[in-house]
Amino acid sequence: MVRLTVNGEHHELALDPRTTLLDALRDHLGLTGAKKGCDHGQCGACTVHVDGRRVLSCLALAVAQRGREIMTIEGLALGAHLHPMQLAFIECDALQCGFCTPGQIMSAVALLAEVDHRRELTDVAIRERMSGNLCRCGAYPNILAAIRRVRT
Amino acid sequence: MRPFAYVEGVSVADAAAAVHAAPTAIFLAGGTTVVDLMKLGVLAPATLVDVHRLPLGDIELDDRRARIGACVRNAQLAEHPDIRARWPVVGEALLSGMSPQLRNMSTVAGNVLQRTRCPYYRDPHSACNKREPGTGCAARTGWDRDAAVLGTSPHCIAVFPSDLATALAILDTIIYTRRGDGGARRLPFDGFHRLPGRSPERETVLDHGELVTHFELPDLALSRRSHYLKVRDRASYEFALASAAVALDVERGLVRDARIALGGVATRPWRCPAAEQSLRGRRAEPAAFRAAADLALADAVAGAHNGFKIELARHVVARALTELAARPG
Repeated sequence: MVRLTVNGEHHELALDPRTTLLDALRDHLGLTGAKKGCDHGQCGACTVHVDGRRVLSCLALAVAQRGREIMTIEGLALGAHLHPMQLAFIECDALQCGFCTPGQIMSAVALLAEVDHRRELTDVAIRERMSGNLCRCGAYPNILAAIRRVRT
Repeated sequence: MRPFAYVEGVSVADAAAAVHAAPTAIFLAGGTTVVDLMKLGVLAPATLVDVHRLPLGDIELDDRRARIGACVRNAQLAEHPDIRARWPVVGEALLSGMSPQLRNMSTVAGNVLQRTRCPYYRDPHSACNKREPGTGCAARTGWDRDAAVLGTSPHCIAVFPSDLATALAILDTIIYTRRGDGGARRLPFDGFHRLPGRSPERETVLDHGELVTHFELPDLALSRRSHYLKVRDRASYEFALASAAVALDVERGLVRDARIALGGVATRPWRCPAAEQSLRGRRAEPAAFRAAADLALADAVAGAHNGFKIELARHVVARALTELAARPG
């Protein structure tokens, strides 16, 4: 049995050791917010937080996550109140098809916590720090605008 | 992915012994290479021994050295203020590679031991002596644009991809290991990675079941003035076409000591001793740096599509040294 803590809830799952954290979230816990894009750590659509740090759930084995605090896009809002980054993505129209959006938002939320001073987050720095999240629709200008809005 | 047994290592000695005892067991740390290659069918271990919770996750510093645990996350090392101040080439190399998510997962030892990105290695249906000894090298007659121009053999031309290892190559790094039979070794970084030769499947001098536990960086006169420059197809999140780790000790305009290593162009981290020697006693100026760059690439051999890398790498070396010499200090 694998014990996982996801969005504050404890789960015990019988998992094949081959199960990635992404597949455990989607197929065993019904949390389909994190997306399977490339499944090889190249696109960022599966980004979740583990102990507060953004990671790629497609390259993490679920069995290796014992005792870790996992947060997915489903755990970001406080009840009916969306996270400021979620609101900013809506207000800035920072998506088209939406497939990469949960990963973009989880990555962007973590990004704000990674810097000592938000003024370090120039446009160049935001682009560099978001380079692990691809958007095939090319919504990058509005993603940048959304992050800039939350930064200030 | 082939089925495997997952074992959580409880101590360094037990983890090393567990892999030592099983011919197809391998270590798992951050998993960013291993899980990827298992999904592709390139790796099919019967047992994974997870070492990421072992007490190998600390960075310890004193006046003379840094001692870096094998399972320190690459993000943690890149952001460490003392590492950035005393060995800037390390942080620069790390931040030029991977995405932030991958830097949060992957470990320092995993970075230094990472596998080539050669597309024929990553495709189980292609001939590859590194993946399956004796099957040949599809890259030699195939798409070799990204392949190595230094250190190649008739059996393998795959590039060694680690930016961090290129930086560590100029810093007199020492690698500490624990062997599966209980012994321990202290290995100089020079010589840790093997040339492909006739056995490209053996990438390092590590024995089966030998676990890297620490890296030691001595405090060098020139490590504070060190720099990493990387050129790649995209502006971010991409492996190097050519990169250079450089360090300079300059007094009154004259080079007292210099270090140069190349990344992205060779089959292992590539120190350039002749180029370094050519700079000692010379004025720290672009003409000397260009001459050193020519020496660094003097033995390069191009394949069908990667000849541009030789000229590119020359410019990277010369520019890296020029940028570094212009820095105050």
